[in-house]
Amino acid sequence: MKSHYVRKLAAVLPALVLVCAGAVLLSQKVNAAGGGSITGTVKLSGTAPHMKGIDMSKDPVCSKAHDTNPAKMENVLVGSGDGLENVVLYISQGLTGNEAPSSQEPTFAQKGCMYTPHVLALNVDQKFKVTTEDQTTHNIHPLPDPTAGNIGWNKSQPPAAPPIETSWKNQEVAIPVKCNIHPWMHGWFVVVKGPYATTDDKGSYTIQNVPAGSYTVTAWQEDLGTQTAKVTVAAGSAAKADFTFKGK
Amino acid sequence: MAKLLAVTIVVIAILSAIPIIRNTWHPLPDVSAHGQAIDDQLSETMWEAGISFLASQIILAWFIWRYSGNRPGEKTKTFPGGATGLVAAAVILVGVEVFALGIFGVKAWANIYFTPPGADAMPVQVQAGQFAFYFRYTGPDGTFGAIHPEMLSEANQNFYGIDTDHDSDAKDDIVTAEMAVPVNREIRLLMHSKDVSHSFYVPALRIHQDFVPGLDLQIHFTATKVGRYEIVCSQLCGLGHYNMKAYLSVLSQDDFDAWLKKQAALQ
Amino acid sequence: MHDTSTHAAAHHGPPTSFIRKHVFSLDHKVIGKQYYGLGLVAVIIGMVLSWVMRIHLAWTAYPIPGLHLLSGTGAPGNVMTPEFYLQVMTMHATFMVFFVLTVVPFAAFGNFFLPIHTGAEDMPFPHFNMMSFWTTFVAFCVMLLSFFVGDGPTLGGWTQYAPLSAVGAVAGPGQGSGVIIWATSIAIFCVGQLFGALNFIPNVLDLRCKGMSMWRLPMPTWAWFITSCMGLTSFSVLMPACILLILDHVAGTSFFVASNLVINDQLQPHSGGSTLLWQHLFWFFGHPEVYIAIVPGMGIVSHVLITNMRKPMLSHRVLVYSMGALAVLSYMVYGHHMFVSGMNPFSSLVFSFPTLLITIPSTVIVLVWIGSLYGAKLRINAASLFALGFISMFITGGVSGFFLAQPSIQILLHATYFVVAHFHFTMAIAALFGIFSGTYFWFPKMWGRMMNDNLGKLHFWLTFIGVYAIFMPMHYLGLAGNVRRYQAFVVDYMQPLVGVHQFITIAALFTGAVQLIFIYNFIHSRFWGEPAPENPWQGTSLEWSVPSPPPHDNFGGKHPVVYHDPYQYGVQSSTGDYLMQDSPEQVKGAQDEP
Repeated sequence: MKSHYVRKLAAVLPALVLVCAGAVLLSQKVNAAGGGSITGTVKLSGTAPHMKGIDMSKDPVCSKAHDTNPAKMENVLVGSGDGLENVVLYISQGLTGNEAPSSQEPTFAQKGCMYTPHVLALNVDQKFKVTTEDQTTHNIHPLPDPTAGNIGWNKSQPPAAPPIETSWKNQEVAIPVKCNIHPWMHGWFVVVKGPYATTDDKGSYTIQNVPAGSYTVTAWQEDLGTQTAKVTVAAGSAAKADFTFKGK
Repeated sequence: MAKLLAVTIVVIAILSAIPIIRNTWHPLPDVSAHGQAIDDQLSETMWEAGISFLASQIILAWFIWRYSGNRPGEKTKTFPGGATGLVAAAVILVGVEVFALGIFGVKAWANIYFTPPGADAMPVQVQAGQFAFYFRYTGPDGTFGAIHPEMLSEANQNFYGIDTDHDSDAKDDIVTAEMAVPVNREIRLLMHSKDVSHSFYVPALRIHQDFVPGLDLQIHFTATKVGRYEIVCSQLCGLGHYNMKAYLSVLSQDDFDAWLKKQAALQ
Repeated sequence: MHDTSTHAAAHHGPPTSFIRKHVFSLDHKVIGKQYYGLGLVAVIIGMVLSWVMRIHLAWTAYPIPGLHLLSGTGAPGNVMTPEFYLQVMTMHATFMVFFVLTVVPFAAFGNFFLPIHTGAEDMPFPHFNMMSFWTTFVAFCVMLLSFFVGDGPTLGGWTQYAPLSAVGAVAGPGQGSGVIIWATSIAIFCVGQLFGALNFIPNVLDLRCKGMSMWRLPMPTWAWFITSCMGLTSFSVLMPACILLILDHVAGTSFFVASNLVINDQLQPHSGGSTLLWQHLFWFFGHPEVYIAIVPGMGIVSHVLITNMRKPMLSHRVLVYSMGALAVLSYMVYGHHMFVSGMNPFSSLVFSFPTLLITIPSTVIVLVWIGSLYGAKLRINAASLFALGFISMFITGGVSGFFLAQPSIQILLHATYFVVAHFHFTMAIAALFGIFSGTYFWFPKMWGRMMNDNLGKLHFWLTFIGVYAIFMPMHYLGLAGNVRRYQAFVVDYMQPLVGVHQFITIAALFTGAVQLIFIYNFIHSRFWGEPAPENPWQGTSLEWSVPSPPPHDNFGGKHPVVYHDPYQYGVQSSTGDYLMQDSPEQVKGAQDEP
């Protein structure tokens, strides 16, 4: 009789232990996810470089999309309070190197013969979609550095074609992407490991999910280059890193 | 069945000729100073080729109609005069026709290629690249800035690779995506390709010239009618070939000046 | 000259194993049939590719079901991308020009009939001849491979203008591995054709049987002989050109790439090459190639017509001289492809005159054909219908040559659909009609069975009307300035022309479907056709003096002796209205070549 109970207990106990261990592990992950962050703003000092207008008259489909709102280059976009848009911030030193890629699948859209967003930050192996909303055919032609290990491609997307889904295999800051049919169309893929963020139109950013530790944060701007800052992130709190790029 | 073939050949020949006679499809109306000679050459050739075409098809059909079947009792015959007559006819008729076309054609061709542009012709540069044309005007100084291939950057809208910071010739250059020329003014067009072979084909202007990478060519023309025309690429240059085009506006001198001023402001 | 020792050179015993009989055969007849089969496969591929192109051109945004099977990336959602259109276009042209129009009229029929026409047992170098086919087959497989490697076949068109073809993948999809595969395949193909030409020429010069003077050679053999001479001199230019092109890709040379080219904002690591060099090398091959495709057709059509007219041509010699003149002039006219290419405009004029001049031998040939019809007793069958169709097509294609020979008119018509119409009528459709005519005519001899003539006639009627419906309107498109090699018509002035393209597409699909009649007829007759007699058409040349199909050594161990020229028709002899070439009978009043 007794041995019967013992046997049952012996069966339940390991299961209990497993569940508890699982819960502990999970809660650790939850802790890490809700862990530290790095936040700040990126600003431009001095005069902003002149952003030339884009003449799309070659393709009436494109020029029509900008009838009321003329298109301009987007290399250096300065928003309110001199905030710099489209700056990518990522951790260049201090990571373990085992970070899993983000599971989000961002979209790189072709809209009015421009790229939205102009700069798309990604993790290595993170999937992303290239979509088109234009009634003209685009070709998407990323040109990675041959030495970085990424393989370039060149595919056209006719109107209403299904999205192209792909990812990058190696870290590379940054891969230019262009459309040859509309030579003014120009954007970037910034492929990094670990958490990253891109500044909004006010120049502010927040890198989420940074485990506690000391890091070097790099801010990358396509025309103005890179800047770095050292930060220490405590668990559950936000470290601050502001950057200022100099205009010409 | 031979008779049916004869009739079919005649019907096809006549049906083929009808759109030509009715001018259903025709080249875009000519707006150039030199184009008339080409159009005359085309219509002369059309007459000669058309008559040759109809005559040969109809005689072919006639002989098929007349000389088919076994026709017992009849012996095969030889064409009167034999081959000699035919060869002589071919050499003389076609020779004269061809010689005439050739001589007049030389004139039409020489009009465009063997006459130098006038000294007061306005220089405009056109650059072809995958897959767009970009045009360059000298600005007030009358000279083009030098091209630095390593500076060329479509990402920065520096389509020509000119150094506006250090090159005083380049500073006032006006680069545009659309071409405009003043009406009745001779244009000296400098043709430059930045990558592969392209072509500058403006049917309305009777201009057709390939770009040769590594060799800058020059042609000249005068547009005689205000309007908006199309420049297309006719030399296979890659996947976007079909969409490599630009508009050509022929404007009055005043409109052109205003246009150029507006473009200069956008640089 | 006609001693038996030269025959011994070609002598080899009949093979016994299946492989030596049907696969690696030394027999020129088997090799001819292998070439024919290769051409048949290639023409089906080429035609299907043309359908895909035509449907896309007429209904640009319309998905073509199943297209993604051909290329997943090239047709997302079954809608063609621009690069895939150009890749399909390039492959259509490549398969058609090289593996159909060169292979069938020249290599297939030539291999089968040239040794028989000359009275030889086989080609002088049977091993080279076998290699010729298998080299061509390898070239074909390599070309097919390009659909499955990297980002697909090259998109540069069959002309492969540099520097688009020479700078590598940076210039577009398929311009890296695709071009290398294309150039490799074409270089291999050239070797195969050189092997072929090196057999044809000595066969005609040295292996003719007793009594067979040069002027007693039948028209097709003259045509193949002239074509071989062209092949020898033009393929030997294309092959090194292809090798130079490959070197530009893999060895860092710059034969065809000029300095300071910028592609995708990247300065190309090439300098000092010449853009126009490729065009000169290519067209020095390319224009004779047009005649390589059409001249054998002229020979075949003459042969078929003579037999069915029951009278000889007005002049055998004038036809031969004219074909020879075409061959010689074809090397001097290639510049008309380059009138607006940027070569010296004076050169354009220089090239214009021989181009206009070449219409004279062409006209002579057409006039001799038409003049020969006078007083004929024309038999109407599938073979003669296609031969008459050939003449009509050749006239139509020829007169558009008047336009394209003139640099000033090319300003309007260069690179438009007018050119597409011109070369399809001449080198493609006329040559194809020559192939069909030859097939209906020689099928009994090649496979020992008759083809169904009624189906053949039906095939002719629908094809004849169909091809006119496809290619005639292309002239009008060209006049209206519709540029070729566009995958969609986004240019304003071309948009009203889309209706014409839709008409052409319907005609093309119809005409393509009609070819199923031929394929059915071919396969059915091959296995279940009526057994063919030795001489079904009452022909006179040597192929009709041997059984259908001919035995392994053609003449059953005998050495034929020839007494007449090949076209003794309209005479009264013991056999009827004709006299076989090897018949010793002498007929009064017959005009005979010495």
